[in-house]
Amino acid sequence: MNAVVKQLTGLRDWVDDRFPLVQLWNDHMGQYYAPKNFNFWYYFGVLSIVVLALQILTGIWLTMNYKPDAELAFASVEYIMRDVEWGWLIRYMHSTGASAFFIVVYLHMFRALLYGSYKKPRELIWVLGMFTYLALMAEAFLGYLLPWGQMSFWGAQVIISLFGAIPFVGDTLSLWIRGDFVVSDVTLNRFFSLHVIAMPLAIIGLVFLHIIALHEVGSNNPDGVEIKKKKGPDGKPLDGIPFHPYYTVKDSVGVIIFFMFFAAVVFFAPEFGGWFLEANNFVPANPLVTPEHIVPLWYFTPFYAILRAVPDKLIGVLLMGAATNILFLLPWLDRSPVKSIRYRGPIFKTALSLFVISFIALGYLGTQTPTPQMTWMARGFSAIYFGFFLLMPFYSKMDKTKPVPDRVTSK
Amino acid sequence: MSRIFTFISAMLWFGLAVAASGHGPAMQPSNIDLSDQLSLQRGARVFVNYCVSCHSASFMRYNRIAEDLDLSEESVQTNLMFTTDKIGEAMEVAMRPADAESWFGAPPPDLSVVASSRGPDWLYNFLITFYVDDNRPTGVNNLFFKDTAMPHVLWELQGLQRAVYHTETTHDGKETSTIERLELSERGSLTENEYKRLVRDLVGFLVYVGEPAKLVRHRLGFWVLVFLLVFLVATYLMKREYWKDVH
Repeated sequence: MNAVVKQLTGLRDWVDDRFPLVQLWNDHMGQYYAPKNFNFWYYFGVLSIVVLALQILTGIWLTMNYKPDAELAFASVEYIMRDVEWGWLIRYMHSTGASAFFIVVYLHMFRALLYGSYKKPRELIWVLGMFTYLALMAEAFLGYLLPWGQMSFWGAQVIISLFGAIPFVGDTLSLWIRGDFVVSDVTLNRFFSLHVIAMPLAIIGLVFLHIIALHEVGSNNPDGVEIKKKKGPDGKPLDGIPFHPYYTVKDSVGVIIFFMFFAAVVFFAPEFGGWFLEANNFVPANPLVTPEHIVPLWYFTPFYAILRAVPDKLIGVLLMGAATNILFLLPWLDRSPVKSIRYRGPIFKTALSLFVISFIALGYLGTQTPTPQMTWMARGFSAIYFGFFLLMPFYSKMDKTKPVPDRVTSK
Repeated sequence: MSRIFTFISAMLWFGLAVAASGHGPAMQPSNIDLSDQLSLQRGARVFVNYCVSCHSASFMRYNRIAEDLDLSEESVQTNLMFTTDKIGEAMEVAMRPADAESWFGAPPPDLSVVASSRGPDWLYNFLITFYVDDNRPTGVNNLFFKDTAMPHVLWELQGLQRAVYHTETTHDGKETSTIERLELSERGSLTENEYKRLVRDLVGFLVYVGEPAKLVRHRLGFWVLVFLLVFLVATYLMKREYWKDVH
């Protein structure tokens, strides 16, 4: 036993002379001090990484059997579902993983809103996270074409045609994206390439930068207190605990609970009532038959509702783009002297609640066939959505705040 | 405040399953039971006797049916297959697409995943609501698929139904008539309940064909959740042990 330990220590030292192994471990795990008061909302960062790993692993195995060919794609997915050993499980994990990814990322972003995690000095973490979110949206959109069902085809057709609304270059641009006059085999092939190589690389790189930036400034917490300001005689934050083992064991509990929800969907309701896998996507893509309702998957519907609420196509496209990109500016729109919602006043709490309601309502409206009433509702909720951001410099400044304690409070 | 947000997050998970309401005639539930293997076997027989002559199920292999429905390959070969087919082959049709197009106007669709795209209830209601309509080339129409190109293949079993209309005069004097119900005008070889059971068997089989893994994934999912629960308890106890010294 002792000899084995000795050998392993020797190996570690050998590597350490050539590569900063121990230092990396200490900087990011063993001696990375995280605030001790993380609550429920702090699970969604690690869960995003877990889902990313899951998507990459299941994606590798799906790619082994999927055929990016308009003639073969639909059948190859059914081949995976039937003839490939455990193919159905791998595919359901991947399709459920896509929706799960957006659920955990939306909750992760909402956590930042709750506790002001985007505020100084964490602006770059937020901006890098936003780039990751955009890359994730692109990844999901590209991947949705691959099963080559009716919704895959027509969803891509509609979204790409949106670029056509841009003056002068619009038509050329959408032609360039498709590589053809309609969505076709050429489009499928390039989407496959971007989905399995380009976007995953971009996402992994951005997540890496996101974490490096986080570990440079340190984690925020539900009190919005900077734990580095109060250090003990040993130079360690008084309210900090080493990430490993404390948060590795705590996050393990969260990850298992997440997997229970995840497994419940994968094994018992993988279509999730048509929300994760649409019924119309079990019909092979047919360029000659346009489905009655073309609806994107749920994670895009808030933005789709904003697009449809505007009568002018170009302005609609611009507002839809603005709806996602305005989030980049959040660190500079928020003028409140405090970070956490715990010490903010009633105006911010009301504004955030209205924002959440409008986001969910827009998401619902985006899935429905528009009626005049629904379009007006979508307009109202869009106004609230943008108002939350555009009015933030004013209401966040005038809002009454409570005094922030020096140290984190226990729950 | 945090309770509200927990509630909202829960809504994101569970509230997504809000069903959209449909229009048209009321649908009867199909009440299929995938654990009833005899029903699936009967459904397989109906499918090969009445459907496969026009509709393929080209993602479904015969030997998979034997394996999943607990039938021997010999019995599948003698009872469910034409003599020229091999056991490892998929359920294809002999009809040429060009012929199909000239006979029906469009080739009958492949039924491999029709249960996923249409849903079991729709299939069940489609198959029980054919009614006589002399304006159609096939002589029948359907309540759930208006002007379908498909003839009532099962009419010898169900018999023929005729539509009973309900005429309404609107306030501006126009008369509109809608179908109120269907009634049997010519008896078939089965009673109404026998026919409905037959259709239920067939729809159950189509749901199985749509996703053969459905037969195993519920069973497997149960054990996965049991394992995760045990793992959760152990991990939680470990976490509690580690966190004893955090105050």
